[in-house]
Amino acid sequence: MPSEVRGPIEVRRRDKPAAPVADRRSLDDPRAELLALESQGELVVQKIDREAVTVLTKYGREKRIQKAHLWHHKSCGQCGHIPGYSTAIFWVMRKLGYDYHDPADQTSCTAWNYYASATSNSAAQAAVAVRNFAAAYESGYFPLIHCGTSYGHYKEVREELIRHSELRAQVRDIMAKLGKPLVLPEEIVHYSEWLHALRGEIAAQQVRDMSGIVATVHPACHYHKIVEGDAIYDPDIYGGQRTAVVTGLAQALGVEVRNYSTWFDCCGFGFRHILVQRDFTRSFATLRKIEVMKEEAHPDVVLTHDTGCVTTLDKSQFAAQAHQRNVGLAVLSDAQFAALALGAHPYRVCQLHWHSADYRPLLEKMGIDWEQAWAEFQSDLRRLESGEKRYLDWDDVGG
Amino acid sequence: MTETDAHYKAPEVAGYADVPHEAKLALFDQVKADLRFGDYLYGCYECGICVAACPSARFYDFSPRRIAQAAARQDVDLVYQQMQEDIWECSQCFSCLRCPRGNNPGGLVTIMREVAVRNGLASAKQALVGYSRIIYKIMSTGTQVSPDMLQRDAFPDWGPETADVPDHLDLWRRALPAETMHTTTTGWSVAERTLVELYFIWLQTGALDMIAEVDSGLHAILQELMEERLEEEGIEL
Ligand code: SF4
Ligand code: SF4
Repeated sequence: MPSEVRGPIEVRRRDKPAAPVADRRSLDDPRAELLALESQGELVVQKIDREAVTVLTKYGREKRIQKAHLWHHKSCGQCGHIPGYSTAIFWVMRKLGYDYHDPADQTSCTAWNYYASATSNSAAQAAVAVRNFAAAYESGYFPLIHCGTSYGHYKEVREELIRHSELRAQVRDIMAKLGKPLVLPEEIVHYSEWLHALRGEIAAQQVRDMSGIVATVHPACHYHKIVEGDAIYDPDIYGGQRTAVVTGLAQALGVEVRNYSTWFDCCGFGFRHILVQRDFTRSFATLRKIEVMKEEAHPDVVLTHDTGCVTTLDKSQFAAQAHQRNVGLAVLSDAQFAALALGAHPYRVCQLHWHSADYRPLLEKMGIDWEQAWAEFQSDLRRLESGEKRYLDWDDVGG
Repeated sequence: MTETDAHYKAPEVAGYADVPHEAKLALFDQVKADLRFGDYLYGCYECGICVAACPSARFYDFSPRRIAQAAARQDVDLVYQQMQEDIWECSQCFSCLRCPRGNNPGGLVTIMREVAVRNGLASAKQALVGYSRIIYKIMSTGTQVSPDMLQRDAFPDWGPETADVPDHLDLWRRALPAETMHTTTTGWSVAERTLVELYFIWLQTGALDMIAEVDSGLHAILQELMEERLEEEGIEL
């Protein structure tokens, strides 16, 4: 890192003698550890083999983000309940002209269930992760992770595999029985890191003016708290004091990102709470996030970058309305927002009809006639109902 | 009763059955035997930074500092009480990784929950009431969240937009441009062979057996399903 660049505080701390405790919070350089294990024959590392963008992590390490030929590790929460999140990621990649693979040979990371119910164990979780990574490796495409929890959990699994030879042996044995290697990618990359790395290319193709939009950003816990050293930080964004993803993209698109005091708080998802104890989720999401954002920043939209965060912040507002709380704020993923900036259709691509909080004032501020867009989508549905087509495809949605 | 096996709550207010000290010790030994335990606990300054960051501490009688301290002091009675009462309040957000000592209280909770499930503790059984459906979904289909879960009676607090989804589910899914996402009972279409490989992992790692203690019926159904499919594919356990 050039000496004139002032890095995040953790980067500057790295210049001082390393405190052993701080080292243990997460590994300094997991990539180097993986390559060392590969040279000992312990595992295989899938290498970045296409053009890549270099970014800085919290600990000041250079992390490379491959631009094309990516294997999309989908999110069950996104695909299942907010599918426009996933389609927007694909659509932006297509729009920029980068090839990808959307595999059926992929399971969920199963971490939502694990963090909710603990009905699994570290060996099973590691084997599920490595099975998916092996599927990517066999395809020749480099993995790109859609879900923040999958991303955080896989980084956790990577640390466990690096630290514990007995776990490596157990997972290697399971994989061998399935005819697969114990393989991990050179970098574990979240789609929001890909958007961040390519924000200049996205902004260059922007067709909708976002300069009147005010946003607040909710950084996803499992993105920047689990294995913290590996998240992307940038000295020019928040002075390197918070993760740069989402905010960097929004600013590149001309959005005014405003601060609020509870930015570090989680969204209230809780994994089990969102399913079976939603009084906690609703209260936390509205009292500690949405209301604070509205009071302190008056945003048009909350932008975030994880399945659970979009779901929680979006769905929790309805019940609070009944109590006359200060809610009513559009919630979008960074991918949906980037797609809209690039001209995507709000329903055909971004699938906003799956969202609950009112996004229509935001669309109007972007100059989108949502009533006309909805009528267009309804005519698509009539084509499907009449049997003219069984499914819509990318050509139908302008991608 | 000796001082070391004193209750932290009197049995009549504790809300869970007391067990002999040896049984608590055995549970704590299982927690300590997890390979991650040493990565998650280095002692505790009692500074409370984790509590300040913790969402569950704000809404429940719950504290990540107490979790770390009880484990660090090897206070088996308090650890047992936490396994019967506290651990299911944690949001697993890992905000407590802010700990200046390098602890991971949320990670300790994950391990304690696993031990609670494996041993069929009352707290685990209670926490998983109403949850069997989700375990069945994730273990048998490979995706946890499916579009057909969005039912009016399941999410009445999510508003009329969510209530709209089941009325249009098949049509709305067919309107998605990504080929893998036309499904309604799974998040995306998962290949058959992929599922069988997942079943192999659940069986081989003992993950499936963990639920035998908390839901024997579900365990039996899943075991039969998985073993049958593995046999058809010619994969030996
Ligand atoms: S992981 Fe659990 S203990 Fe840690 S901050 Fe989150 S809710 Fe609190
Ligand atoms: S932050 Fe760490 S050292 Fe401080 S009370 Fe919590 S666990 Fe203990």
